[in-house]
Formats: sequence, structure tokens, C-alpha cells
Amino acid sequence: MKFVDEFRDSQKAQYLKQAIHNLAQQIEPTLSRPLQLMEFCGGHTHTIFRYGIEQLLPDCIEMVHGPGCPVCVLPMGRVDDAVNLAIRPEVIFTTFGDAMRVPGSTMSLLQARGKGADVRMVYSPMDALNLARQNPEREVIFFALGFETTMPSTALTVLQAEREGIKNFSLFCNHITTAPTIKAVLDEPDLMLDGFLAPGHVAMVIGLQPFEFIARDYYKPLVITGFEPLDILQALWMLLKQIAEQRCAVENQYARVVQPTGNKAALNAIHQVFATREHFELRGLGSIDHSGVGMTANYSGFDAERKFAVKPLTVIDPKECQCGAVIKGLIKPWECQIFGKACTPETPMGALMVSSEGACAAYYNHGYRSAAA
Amino acid sequence: MTDWGEQTITLAHGAGGKAMRDLIQKLFVEGFDNEHLSTLEDQARFDLSALMAQGTQLAMTTDSYVVDPLFFAGGDIGKLAVTGTVNDLAMSGAIPLYLTCGMILEEGFPIKDLAKIVASMKATADAAGVKIVTGDTKVVHKGAADKVFINTAGLGVIPAGVNISAANAQVGDVVIINGFIGDHGAAIVDARGELALESSVLSDCQPLNDLVQAMLKVCPDIHCMRDATRGGVATVLNEFAHSSGVGIRIEQSSLPIREEVRGVCELLGLDPLYLANEGKLVAVVPKDKAAQVLEVMLAHPNGDNSAIIGEVLAAPKGKVLLKTGFGGERLLDVLVGEQLPRIC
Repeated sequence: MKFVDEFRDSQKAQYLKQAIHNLAQQIEPTLSRPLQLMEFCGGHTHTIFRYGIEQLLPDCIEMVHGPGCPVCVLPMGRVDDAVNLAIRPEVIFTTFGDAMRVPGSTMSLLQARGKGADVRMVYSPMDALNLARQNPEREVIFFALGFETTMPSTALTVLQAEREGIKNFSLFCNHITTAPTIKAVLDEPDLMLDGFLAPGHVAMVIGLQPFEFIARDYYKPLVITGFEPLDILQALWMLLKQIAEQRCAVENQYARVVQPTGNKAALNAIHQVFATREHFELRGLGSIDHSGVGMTANYSGFDAERKFAVKPLTVIDPKECQCGAVIKGLIKPWECQIFGKACTPETPMGALMVSSEGACAAYYNHGYRSAAA
Repeated sequence: MTDWGEQTITLAHGAGGKAMRDLIQKLFVEGFDNEHLSTLEDQARFDLSALMAQGTQLAMTTDSYVVDPLFFAGGDIGKLAVTGTVNDLAMSGAIPLYLTCGMILEEGFPIKDLAKIVASMKATADAAGVKIVTGDTKVVHKGAADKVFINTAGLGVIPAGVNISAANAQVGDVVIINGFIGDHGAAIVDARGELALESSVLSDCQPLNDLVQAMLKVCPDIHCMRDATRGGVATVLNEFAHSSGVGIRIEQSSLPIREEVRGVCELLGLDPLYLANEGKLVAVVPKDKAAQVLEVMLAHPNGDNSAIIGEVLAAPKGKVLLKTGFGGERLLDVLVGEQLPRIC
């Protein structure tokens, strides 16, 4: 396939694998424990499992699968809020497909649909706006999710709705921000991470600067990377090179897409429509300062939370869940006390089992080692 | 052929009176056109000795079809309703002979569309060498069903000596598929019109009974065989591994997948191994017969892109492994719920 197969070439992968092993041999004598490298983004986790990348790595590298899956970190209370909006008879509730199965404390959106709620799967916020045009007598709510990757398209849709004077369209906004979330992971006192692979599609929007504190203040090397298997192997090699040379910098493997200053038009749209919230809760990580955005006062007419006076519900995650310890690299998914027992993809209890991009679900579905666990 | 103009299904078409009799006679009896149906008895009757001459076991199956949209590139609900049931019989090695047809119609459905579906069922039945010999029609209020639901049941005869079961896979066996994976699932996504795709994929909807009989001629000892419908190839392989208590490993680089289908999957974050197929079978055959079986399949119009995709292992028992193009391995598990597009 044009423009994709080039980044999945198995010969080049073998070359990169060898280069990684060569560097690892240099580093290994200096290590007291294996290196723990975190891929923050669920998209990277997906690629690592899909292509079996972990098995190509030397023993001195352990991948830690981070919290960067917007569906996984959606708190249960917000799902309950979404369900409460969706069951209103005047509402058509629209959502990306993978958010439909996320469990709330009583039901998921999929189950709400089974009980009669008008929940529809869309492929973009523009599809939701189309539904609003076609159903002027109904209120169409879009379940806005995701890091900075998906924020621009949601913001542009709101701006389009404003231009057209559409009154029956609103967002239930759950967008979250990457840098504060990584900072929350870094601030954990028992952190054991040695480096980061950072999400290329987020950097495409926000540029490199928001990641610089990680190298500067926390002395962790970081490489911004794309989503194809060769992207990830090359980024791992770049990360090891920094470690071997005892450097900490923000490097850009995904230069074919990511401009150092990001995308100004996208950022303008985001800043026009969204403003940082004081706090936002992330499932498995708890409340994190400035980790979410809400809608600015100018766009309150498109804010479902204000239109329907949503009183945010807080639901505590089950205490048996050890998602936090998995995310911090303290334990592997299969070492969690409820992994594969009480917590499975059919009945997810913890955040990381919810979406196929979550670390636990990925191990459960694809992990060879989990089969023996 | 009756011209139905703009006529639609009304509750009278299911009420047992003249309207229903006319519909059955003009649409179904004339449409399906065979000596069993035209007697208008409440049941079809078969000569036992004729059945016994063809094999030693009867095979029977039923399935219901509720696809949306009703018409898609490469097929429609009628073609699907015949193909699906014929293939369910064929996967046991049976020669499919007779089908039933139960229709649940929504009030207001255009009769000319129903006539198209009936014509498609007849053409598919003829191609598969089966007859639709008895049926049933119900009409429900507008909104109580989605346009048309079809149930078909099928009867076939299994020739002597054929014993195909999901529990028969043996270590060393070879896994074969008869062509491109995921075409039907991709065609349905396209037909729903939610994505403005540049190129359209045709559904692979096709009866496989003739191909199966050709395979059985060179290898009467086919161990396992199943058509990879809902849940796709990954689900079938898991069923074999689980029922037989063996491991199965497939090679990613050997999987026949069209560029267009890969494109749809990339776009939506789907895995073609879980996409539905309506004309694909997965067979497990003894290694020493694999080359012969593959040769026969490649020479058959329903198998011209057949490929060996994997092998049966002693371990891990009940699990399917996918060997990636990078040399890594991962589990290929059964799907949890419906395959839903990812957010990013």
C-alpha cells in the first residue's frame, strides 16, 4: 500500500533491530535493572502489539504501556454523565465507535442504546453536525474525546456550526491535554521510567515545545514518533542513543509530519473554542491539574454541560484495580491481582482493560506471555 | 414476470386472504419455480431412496439474515440468505439439496424490491444446485422490523466416509483459505455510505458447495472446515484450536487481503481477520494432501486466490498465534463484542 508499506518493511526492521541490539550491548553493563521505556500513546501500544515489536527487543529493554488512550482514561462518572445525556428523549447522542463500550457505573452507551437511547456512531464531528442539520427538531450532542489530536476537528466543527447559526448542536467535551498527563506520571514518587516515546499526532498539533520540560526538568530522554512499526523501532534506537550518550533531549523522529512549532491554524481553532479546566479526572490516574479543556464562554451555546446543566458525577474506580502501578511501570499488566480474572475485556474493571489500546487489554488480547500467566 | 409498479407490502399480504395468496403465487411460487413448491402443500416431500443413494447422513441447518443495507456491491440479502445456508451445509461436506424460506416483511416495503430479492435467491439457488421447496410469509407493522428479514433452513446429504469437524485438527496439519479475506465486511461498510470511499469492494458472497466437493475428491479426509462469516477468519481459527485442543499459527505475510480492504481497515482501525466473509472457507487438511488440495482450489473459480496460511501446532493449546512480517508473534484472540472503529 502506497505510503504505508514503506514503513513496514521487514528487512529495514531487521536492520534497526540489529542497531538497537548493538546499542543495548554498550549500555547493558551500566544498568542495575532493565530500562523501562514508556510509549505514552495507545496508538503506539497498538502498533507494538500488532507487530510483535517487544519480541524483537533485547532483554535489557522493557516497554511500559502508558495512559495515552483517551477512551481508557475516561472516568466512569463522565460515562455516566454521557449516558444521562443520551437517554434524554430529545437528544441524538453521537460518538466515536470505541467509546460506546466503555462501562459507566450502571451501563455503557451501547447498553443505553439497547434500552432505547438514540446513540449513533459517527466517524467525525462533522458527521454529527450533519445529523444536526438533518434533524432540526432534535438536539445532537457530540461526545468530544481525545488529546490534542482530535481537538482541532472538534473545534473547527463548532466554528462551522456557529457560522451556519445551527442551534441544536453541542459538545459533551472531554478533551484532555498531553503534557499535564505526562507530568502527572513523572511526578509519581516511585517512578521507574527511563525514557519516553511521545505521540507524533499530538506533536503535529502542538509542536515540540510543550514536551521540553520532560528533558529539561525531569532529565528523561524523549523521542516524538510516528505510528508505523519502523517509526517505533527507529525512535527506540534514537532513545537508546541518548541514553548511551547520557543525554536528555526532545528529538523528533516524525519530522515528515511534525513541524517544531506545530500547526498554527489548528492551535488557533483550539484556543478559540476551548479553555483549560482547573482540574480534570483521568481514570486510573485521578484528578490532574490542567489536564482537560472545557468550552470558552463565547461558545457556551455549544456546550452540552451548560445546556443541560450537567452536574459532574464522580465515581471512584474499584480499589482492586492496579492501573496506576501498571502505568508507572511498577508491575506488568498480568501481575495485577484481577487481570484476566475479575477484569477482562468483556467485563473491564480497570481503565487499561477498557479499550483495545489499553495496556491490559492489549496483553489480554495479543500478549503471548499473558497466555502463560 | 409481474410488474409490481409502486405497490408496497400491506398487512393484508400477511392476513391469509386473497392478497396473501396472490403474493405467494406470483412472487414466490413463480419466482422459485420448482415442482415441490408448486404443489402448494404445507410441507415439501422427498423420496428417501433418492436421498440415501447420495450419502449416509442427512445434514440440516438454519440461519436468519438481517443485513443492512439490503442491496450492496456484489450481492443482496436474498443472495446472502441462500449462500449462507448452502455454505453452512457444505462445510460438513454435505451436498446441499433443499432450502426453506421464511420471510418477515415490514409494512410499506416496495414489492418490486422484494421481487428483486426473490429473483436473486432463485439465481443463487440455481447456481448452487439447490431448490427452495417451502416457505412462510409474515407481515409486521411499520417499525416492527427493518424492511425484510429472511430465514432459510437447508437440507443436504453427506457422502459416505466424510467426517469433517472442528474437533479434528491434528498437529502438523495445514490451514488453507480459498481467497481474499474481509471483502464482504468492507463492502457492507462501503454500502452504508458513511465513508466516501474512492474504490468499492465487491462482497465475496458465493456458494462454496461445488468447491468443497472438488476438494473432497482429492482429499476425502479433510479434518476441519468452516466458512468465515461473522467474526471472520480469526474466529474460525479459534474455534478449531479450541475444539481440537491444539495451537494454530498463521503467517501474516501469507494472508490474501485486497489493497482496498486493507485501506478500509487502516482508515477505521479494523482488523481484516475479524471482518465478515460470505464466500470464504478455512480448511485444515493433512500436510501430505495440502499441495493437491491447494491445486484443486486454485483451479476452481471460487478458489482462484487460495493460499496456505498456517499450520497446526501442539501448543499453545486452544490458542491461535499470528506470526508478523517482522518475525514477532502475537495471540489472535476471539473478538470481544462488535469490532468498532478506533478514535485515533
